[in-house]
Amino acid sequence: MTALLLSNISKRFGPTAALAGVNLRLDKGEVHALIGENGAGKSTLMNVLAGLMKFDEGTMEVDGDHYDPSSPLDARDRGIALIHQELSLFPHLSVAENIMMGMEPSRWGLLDSDALCARTLEVLETFHHTEIKPETRVSTLSIAARQIVEICRALAARARLILMDEPTSSLQREDVEHLFHLIRQFKGHGINVIYISHFLEEVREIADNFTVLRDGRSVATGEISSVSDDELIMHMVGRSVENLFPSRAPASTGRETVLEVKNLSSPPALKNATFELKRGEIVGIAGLMGSGRTNVVRSIFGLDECAGGSIRVMNQSSTQSATPATRLSQSIGYLSEDRKNEGLAITLSIADNVTMTRFRSCSRFGWLNLSRQRSRSQDVVNSLAVKARSVQQPVASLSGGNQQKIALARLLHQQAEILLLDEPTRGIDIGSKAQVYKTIADCAAAGKAVLMISSYLPELFGMCDRLAVMSRGRLSAIRPIDEWTPEAVMQAAIAGEGN
Amino acid sequence: MVAETKADWFRPSAGLARTWLNRLAPFLGLILVIVIFAILIGAPEKYLSLKNLRTVLAQTVIVAIGAIGMTVIIISGGIDLSVGSAIALTGVITALGINAGWSTSLAVSVGILVGGFVGVVNGLAITRMRVVPFIATLGMLGVARGVAKGIAGSQTVNMPETWANDLLLTIPKQSWMLVAPGVWIAIVLAVVAAVVLRRTVFGRRVFALGSNEAAARACGIATNRLKIYIYALAGLLFGLAGVMQMSRLRQGDPTVAAGLELDIIAAVVIGGGSLSGGEGSILGSMIGALIMAFLRNGCQQVGWPNYIQEIIIGALIVFAVAIDRWRHSRMAIA
Repeated sequence: MTALLLSNISKRFGPTAALAGVNLRLDKGEVHALIGENGAGKSTLMNVLAGLMKFDEGTMEVDGDHYDPSSPLDARDRGIALIHQELSLFPHLSVAENIMMGMEPSRWGLLDSDALCARTLEVLETFHHTEIKPETRVSTLSIAARQIVEICRALAARARLILMDEPTSSLQREDVEHLFHLIRQFKGHGINVIYISHFLEEVREIADNFTVLRDGRSVATGEISSVSDDELIMHMVGRSVENLFPSRAPASTGRETVLEVKNLSSPPALKNATFELKRGEIVGIAGLMGSGRTNVVRSIFGLDECAGGSIRVMNQSSTQSATPATRLSQSIGYLSEDRKNEGLAITLSIADNVTMTRFRSCSRFGWLNLSRQRSRSQDVVNSLAVKARSVQQPVASLSGGNQQKIALARLLHQQAEILLLDEPTRGIDIGSKAQVYKTIADCAAAGKAVLMISSYLPELFGMCDRLAVMSRGRLSAIRPIDEWTPEAVMQAAIAGEGN
Repeated sequence: MVAETKADWFRPSAGLARTWLNRLAPFLGLILVIVIFAILIGAPEKYLSLKNLRTVLAQTVIVAIGAIGMTVIIISGGIDLSVGSAIALTGVITALGINAGWSTSLAVSVGILVGGFVGVVNGLAITRMRVVPFIATLGMLGVARGVAKGIAGSQTVNMPETWANDLLLTIPKQSWMLVAPGVWIAIVLAVVAAVVLRRTVFGRRVFALGSNEAAARACGIATNRLKIYIYALAGLLFGLAGVMQMSRLRQGDPTVAAGLELDIIAAVVIGGGSLSGGEGSILGSMIGALIMAFLRNGCQQVGWPNYIQEIIIGALIVFAVAIDRWRHSRMAIA
């Protein structure tokens, strides 16, 4: 019997289609894996199912009835619960209160603590997690136990379909076992699961069927046991490199090494990274979100504390950690993946944002020369073809693509020699992408060294001279781009190198 | 064997002993303050005499009743800066009511209800107009004070002798009461509020709101309505504090209690309330209020000038919160 049927679900955000025709069928008691690259639309689909977002077109059916949730509450009443990547618990309250919140047993407003504990215990006992005590404060629990609590909340609400968005991303291996044990018990209770994960070995272990999403479309579906990993990866990647990328002369050998990173670690996210970066080259780091790739650049730039290893910039003596101010003075520039919160001061003007890391260019004895600040930033802004009326305009008034160009303009104005770029084209339109690629290529041609992190494989293959892959906190050996294939990168990202 | 690994993976971190130490911390602070001043004064029997205790307790009542309401607001992740003005306004209205020949109980009830009304307006500004609590209640601080001055004609409102004047008598008229009637009212309210916060659906939802508002909404809690209830309930308590203030002065004074909101917030914070919400207890806040009252009283008895009291209390607030932060980081590491 069909528990969930999606046909042709689509959802647009402005000009971009996050979902462009998703079909999915789920039978009773089934664990269904939803796989796909970052940005393929998996999380959007989950949000639509959980009533957090409205969809534009298509139809959904739950147990044969029409389903179009107006709110998360509506979805809960229909028996659908989403377990978020970031858990949504109340850290200050007890396990029992967390599980029963919103449906507390009470009499005349007075909490019935006995019934509260009893019902919590009932859920915990049904699924064999009696080691979690109902009265424990949630903030004292481990991440894994918190996840169980969140799942139990869904179970207490009599959920029939549980959506899990990368539930194992923050778990240790033995905790993953506990989670899988719990999911396997669902079958006997007629509870279905949609399981999102990048890790194919996990998917094989837990799921019956799969659907692959790519660019917002469901491109393949079937029984998990009937396909090989290679086939799955092909479905996930399956697109050609677009003609977006500037042609680049191959980097000549024997250039000066400007950044040398040895055994860098910053637990728990980053376990080990070793690489060097030379003038005139672009080095890419691929990897899944949460694999520790962002932590590499953050540690180098002094935003994360390093626990071990060494970093050597230019020919200066090697250090383990430094402040961002030191790194800036060493001509390192950092482009954050989080444009709105970390990358830009969104309410300030373009001129302020561009000159922020080197006010020196337009100030004397601490006094800003405003007209010089304007002309300096105007120069850089022109060279990047930013669409803006004036450099005094607040950055918040620009489109995403133009905001990203401002973030990059800051690095140019800073005259950084080493560019650490984290997702330089995330969430921007094709035109801006091409401009960003051109600027990066120009920087490399001018003898600057570029380290580029990306989830978008065609971009890495189109731009980089050398590439390394991050998997679960470990960086693979760095190899020339010709020695990689997109499939090999996915393989290394999912399973770790050499597996 | 299996049980062992299970117990291991679930890893609870804070020990029972440490939890108890955390609960006792404000209490130990209070004892420390009393001991220090008993020694400084050089006459512990005088500092700890029934007479002085009566004085200190009567002096604590206004801050204590205000702190009960403020604790609920702070646990929910909010703040109310308009308390001082609300106290002045309700005091003036109650005094005017008694002057106009209303029965004392009616005037007192109207005063309390006006406090509740101020709270409802705060709640509406925060939810309907989506103004953050800090700003919404900062605005109310000005508005309520202005209204108080307006209806009082910028003068104190004198009133005839009624039972409302006896609420904070240091030596109560009925000697069996031992301490001022207002002290008993504050104690009863504190006990009721503690039970409400701990044992009712409303109370736990207040904690949930302050702990994770987005999750509370996802659990089907009507967060906006809950906020209005919280500010209204606290407003009623601030109204009662206003009546107490009037009783102490024996007149309605529209300029009274300016800055009292800071004392009330300080009491909650010293008692373990977190301004980021989700944490706080009535018992802690009451102890916080007592710590400040004993400090003030002690400073007076030692003969230190007013400014020293202010410096000590200011430093104490920062110190109490610093200890709290330190305790939290310790817990996070563990």
